[in-house]
Amino acid sequence: MTSPLRLCVRRTSASEAQGSATLVTLRLPSDVNCIEEAVELVARHCLAGHEATSTTRFRLRVVLSEALTNAIVRGNGEDRTKWVDVRAELVPESIRVSVTDEGPGFDPGAVPEPLRPEQLDEATGRGLYLIRKLVDTVQFNERGNSICMILRRP
Amino acid sequence: MGFSQTKDPSGVTVVQVDGQLIVGNRHELKDLIQAAVERGERRMLIDFSRTGYIDSSGLGALVSISKRIREAGGELRLSGLNDDLRSLFELTKLDTLFAITETPEQALTSF
Repeated sequence: MTSPLRLCVRRTSASEAQGSATLVTLRLPSDVNCIEEAVELVARHCLAGHEATSTTRFRLRVVLSEALTNAIVRGNGEDRTKWVDVRAELVPESIRVSVTDEGPGFDPGAVPEPLRPEQLDEATGRGLYLIRKLVDTVQFNERGNSICMILRRP
Repeated sequence: MGFSQTKDPSGVTVVQVDGQLIVGNRHELKDLIQAAVERGERRMLIDFSRTGYIDSSGLGALVSISKRIREAGGELRLSGLNDDLRSLFELTKLDTLFAITETPEQALTSF
């Protein structure tokens, strides 16, 4: 079976791309069954040829999985005619990953922290919180349909 | 990626999570536990010694599973979490909700 994922990897010298040594892009359909393969593809290309601790490798995979889940389920409503785009820019000191969906966007400031005792028994509401805890910087575009996550390399 | 289920000689149902526990397979784990509860199993251990990563959907599935087992009067233990996996439970305070042991052997003797 042919994978529906569309991967593009471009490696450039640092001077050519003003510090961006590698650019990885991936387009995937809004199907949660594609998430694991997408995470592995992006993570493998992000980490190839770069030193990274096992914790950095772990965190990159978890936040990619979270962001893709949010984009596919909440952003695109699992509508398989809609796409999710991943763009990872790699420089020696950091990994910068953006995940963009075709949805209307949301207000990330309105998402509460899921740590109140009465919320502990809830099955949902931890995704964005985990992303914020696991990466160094999180940014959203104005519309709220694109998240950018930056992990500094130790 | 998948789940394997065995029964310990002491009668505890042991579920091994191979690979990831994420949005794409969380229902499979919930269904497996639900079937075990319906069969009358009440002591269950989920072991993560062979797990790569868990996302918030996977954590949420574990919360639902824990609730289901509690409602049936049963007990759930988790084991085999490495430092990175354990950090997810600590960050979300779910380490206070679950009985977590380092190894499956420790979990089995704690029932």
